[in-house]
Amino acid sequence: MIAYALIFALGCYGLGLLINLWRIAVGPHNADRILALDTMVINVIALLILYGILQGTAIYYEASMLIAMVGFVSTVAYCRFVLRGDIIE
Amino acid sequence: MPALTELIIAVFLVISGIFGLVGSYGLIKLQDTLQRIHAPTKATTLGMGGVLIASMLFFWLVKGTFSFHELMITLFMFLTAPISAHFIAKTYMKSNIRPENVPETERDYGWALYDDPPGHSEQDSATPGQPGNVQT
Repeated sequence: MIAYALIFALGCYGLGLLINLWRIAVGPHNADRILALDTMVINVIALLILYGILQGTAIYYEASMLIAMVGFVSTVAYCRFVLRGDIIE
Repeated sequence: MPALTELIIAVFLVISGIFGLVGSYGLIKLQDTLQRIHAPTKATTLGMGGVLIASMLFFWLVKGTFSFHELMITLFMFLTAPISAHFIAKTYMKSNIRPENVPETERDYGWALYDDPPGHSEQDSATPGQPGNVQT
């Protein structure tokens, strides 16, 4: 039962990644692209943890933690670049 | 493994998958950018929360190892999601909403996005490169 639920959740998050990619390509403003990239980071973290359950190892937590931190920093850096024209003043 | 354990983990996985898909689907369903900021918070809270609870239960009840890594990731996501949403809203307002179209703050100081910070007089903010020198 867990195997089917895992495949369902992996499919959902994969479809979500495709939708985010469409929003990045289409998005009329910069804010749309930043938002889609932020959502993409969240979906990738969920995919990594689901893959860790599928493999039965706990080694992917460090990777997902790192992706969470780098994703937050990149979101803030992109927003600051659009807002102020510079990241670190 | 007991059937009840398996059922609980599967239910958490399915709920998190549905909410993750809803959070991403809101990006193409909603019309305006400021409405679209609302959608991915579902994916952050319920989607990620469901995945992390399912993973914690799986490694605790099936593998027999209990770990707090998932709670750390949940805490980090819950802390950073409002900050990034705030920054995205500011980015949209900066380029799409004019300062005369926002309501008054009814305080001594104006909006932090459009006006100088308090304590900055005009000749101070004329120097380039000063922090808080908002270029509208």
